[in-house]
Amino acid sequence: MNRRTLFFIGFAIVALVLAGVVSYFASSSPDGLDATLERGCDAGACIADNAREHDGPLAGYTIGGDSRLTGVAGVIGTLATLALAFGLFSLLRKRSRS
Amino acid sequence: MTGSLAMHMSDGLINAPASALFGAVAVAGVAIAAAGARRDLDDRMAPMAGLVAAFVFATQMLNFPVLPGVSGHLLGGALAAILVGPWAGALCITIVLVLQSLVFADGGLTALGANVTNMALIGTAAGYLVAVALRPLARRDRLGLVAVAFVAAFCNTVLASLGFVLEFWLGGDPAFSLTAVIGTIVGVHCLIGIGEGIITALTVGAVAGVRPDLVYLLRGAERPLEVRAQ
Repeated sequence: MNRRTLFFIGFAIVALVLAGVVSYFASSSPDGLDATLERGCDAGACIADNAREHDGPLAGYTIGGDSRLTGVAGVIGTLATLALAFGLFSLLRKRSRS
Repeated sequence: MTGSLAMHMSDGLINAPASALFGAVAVAGVAIAAAGARRDLDDRMAPMAGLVAAFVFATQMLNFPVLPGVSGHLLGGALAAILVGPWAGALCITIVLVLQSLVFADGGLTALGANVTNMALIGTAAGYLVAVALRPLARRDRLGLVAVAFVAAFCNTVLASLGFVLEFWLGGDPAFSLTAVIGTIVGVHCLIGIGEGIITALTVGAVAGVRPDLVYLLRGAERPLEVRAQ
């Protein structure tokens, strides 16, 4: 195995640890966008009132709404991103003449 | 269940014409990025781009506190552009946003065009243009590269937040003051930009330390001391 492959494997492991483990330590406060939209909610009206949520298989980075499984959802998401991106970028890649 | 990680624009924040407009902007931008990536990506960069997308997905989950009760997360455009170039970089962020919207219900479906415009197109372009403008410094040494990554990432975050301002100006609820939105969102994103800058600087610095040949921004630079072990 060459050193570039080892580097790629290491990079993937770092991403999986971030999504699978470090994600439990993430702040649960609204982010800068949501906090902006929620200004005035307490006073009666805010932009966030217009927001419509939709559903998804792993909505809210949980499995079935269980936030104890955020790490699992994160690992699934990271692997899904990797698979989708690998597929797309290998389709776009210049074929090397060999 | 309210999501507590990442968090992008939901549906309903901007009206249908503006959503359609930014949907079209996103499609056009992604098509241009795909054409550019086709010229850029070789056997070495293609797997790296896949990994960068996965890394951005993972890192976007890590909301960090910026003010009491307010968090921020990486957007990743500058990070991706510095590592794999602006074209593949914009595609990396787009892939992340599409998966987040469809699978994780993070970011609305009709708002996907606006989210792609802000984070994948504006953020990546801003980060890359700043990084290119400062490239001589980035090529000087690792400290220079890390400093350039920080500044590029900061600009990426602040400019992406201005994308939301544009969308809200064109298609937001007119009952709310645009100036109040601008002040708050830009102020908060200056703080988030510092976090984005730190994460980007650490990541780019780490990659450059091990595999400087995999840093797109450094391509073409003379690096006589680089040991090529293939």
